[in-house]
Amino acid sequence: MENYDLINALILLSNFVIVPALSYGSQLALAALGITLVYAVLRFSNFAHGDLMAFGTMIAILITWLFQSWGITAGVLPTALIALPFAMGLTAAFCLITDKIVYKFYREQKSQPVVFMIVSVGVMFIMNAIVRFIIGPKDRTFFDGEKFIIKAVEFKAYTGLSEGLSIKSTQVLTIVIALITMVILFYFLQKTKMGKSMRAYSNNEDLALLSGINPNKVVMITWIIVGMLATIAGVLYGLDKSFKPFTYFQLLLPMFAAAIVGGIGNPLGAVAGGYIIAFSEVMLTYAYKKFFMYLLPSNLEPSGLMQFLSTDYKFAISFIILVIVLVIRPTGLFRGKTL
Amino acid sequence: MSDFFCSQNLVGGYGGENILNDCSVSVNKGEISVIVGPNGAGKSTAMKAMLGMLQLSEGKVFLDGKNISNLSPQDRVASGISFVPQTMNIFNELTVKENLEMGAYLRDDDLSETFEEMYSLFPILDEKKEQLAGELSGGQRQQVAVGRALMTRPNVLMLDEPTAGVSPVVMDELFDKIIDIKKTGVAIIIVEQNAKQALNIADYGYVLVAGKNKFTGKGSELLNDTEVRKAFLGG
Repeated sequence: MENYDLINALILLSNFVIVPALSYGSQLALAALGITLVYAVLRFSNFAHGDLMAFGTMIAILITWLFQSWGITAGVLPTALIALPFAMGLTAAFCLITDKIVYKFYREQKSQPVVFMIVSVGVMFIMNAIVRFIIGPKDRTFFDGEKFIIKAVEFKAYTGLSEGLSIKSTQVLTIVIALITMVILFYFLQKTKMGKSMRAYSNNEDLALLSGINPNKVVMITWIIVGMLATIAGVLYGLDKSFKPFTYFQLLLPMFAAAIVGGIGNPLGAVAGGYIIAFSEVMLTYAYKKFFMYLLPSNLEPSGLMQFLSTDYKFAISFIILVIVLVIRPTGLFRGKTL
Repeated sequence: MSDFFCSQNLVGGYGGENILNDCSVSVNKGEISVIVGPNGAGKSTAMKAMLGMLQLSEGKVFLDGKNISNLSPQDRVASGISFVPQTMNIFNELTVKENLEMGAYLRDDDLSETFEEMYSLFPILDEKKEQLAGELSGGQRQQVAVGRALMTRPNVLMLDEPTAGVSPVVMDELFDKIIDIKKTGVAIIIVEQNAKQALNIADYGYVLVAGKNKFTGKGSELLNDTEVRKAFLGG
């Protein structure tokens, strides 16, 4: 079916690039939002964020198992979605406890941001250990429910095209939940008194104090939001792929790249950065051979895989983008530092 | 002392040497007190001490007859003292309206009336209320800063060099606004570099030298005092 080549090529691209990058980008965006909030309000780079995500996801998995043992499921949706609100609450509490026993001390000392950063590395190791101690370092899949919304075979049968489009339910869930979360977060920051006071505190701490804004409350609310965001991001990533503590630690690089590309401290930047990193990673590691086979006449068929980089190098892409941004536009795409 | 807001014999500094050596400033409701003096005389420091931002070794601060010397700056703000710092006195990434809202952070009642008052006092703020405060001109920013401080409906307003870095025209305009604010019954303390203009609008003036009251008197008296003129007002 010569005439459908273009459609086939586009479906191929949606299937392997656009849809996966959108869902991965949403996960990164949520994660980068957490990093950016800590940076804007608490003024340090939180290296423990990846392991915080792992912690939140672990709690969600444990609750999911508990629910499953009680026979509670969400039908076609993953059970983890019912567990998610509980995990968010517990992870937020965990953040507050961490702040109380670790960060608060350094805040009272008025420590330099670099001290906080190193402290966060310490917190990272502790969190990492806690997670491995409780759930182990193994790869775990905790997805249940209906796996696909559109199956490739059914799509082919229905449309008669030679390329099948398959959309996993976790991909759609990720995008929908991420969107809802972002809308709520932006509404909170822009429209509520508490959100505005967080932005004010982030923008001009001294003046915020002079206006009577309570810094302890701002810090507390920030940790609660960060804990919840990290859990959502972690659970969505875990549902979409799988949960492995080490993978979450590795996510730290693309997460930071996303936050910095967008302009660290700027929530809109974190969202944009998440999608930029995700699309770059997926697009540069995808083998375009089949895509060109649809588009080019058969005598021009590419002989190689038409892949820029092997998927083994996907972290190098975040790293390169990070370096380029830091060299050319250190403030990121959007101005940073303030919420 | 019967003054509404006053400090008595303040001594203190930021660790190390004292900046204030026996300095007293006071102001009454509906009046303007101005602190002038050479650079490094401790003018701003005296004001910050009255807000509680300084560790004092001696001296007391009274508000409406109550000793507030041991209150934190936040508590003093809550008890009706507003302060406009010299620099970084607005939230430049927030809109003008949000700046005013943050000024009223401690209030839980209806703000609409206070907003109306601010907008009639500073019409330009009404016009630019949705704009980021950081994008405004110098004079407009100062109006945002003063507006933010007035949102708590304070009894005392302290301004640290409100006319620093603005043009003479804008300066006159700002002084006019300050007189308007005084007429609403607020006690105002101003630290100023532009001594002549400031003493012109002052009910009371304090000339500080090396953290000490050198001359004290009615604004007009100080302006006509030959010694003060010679030393500080350029003849």
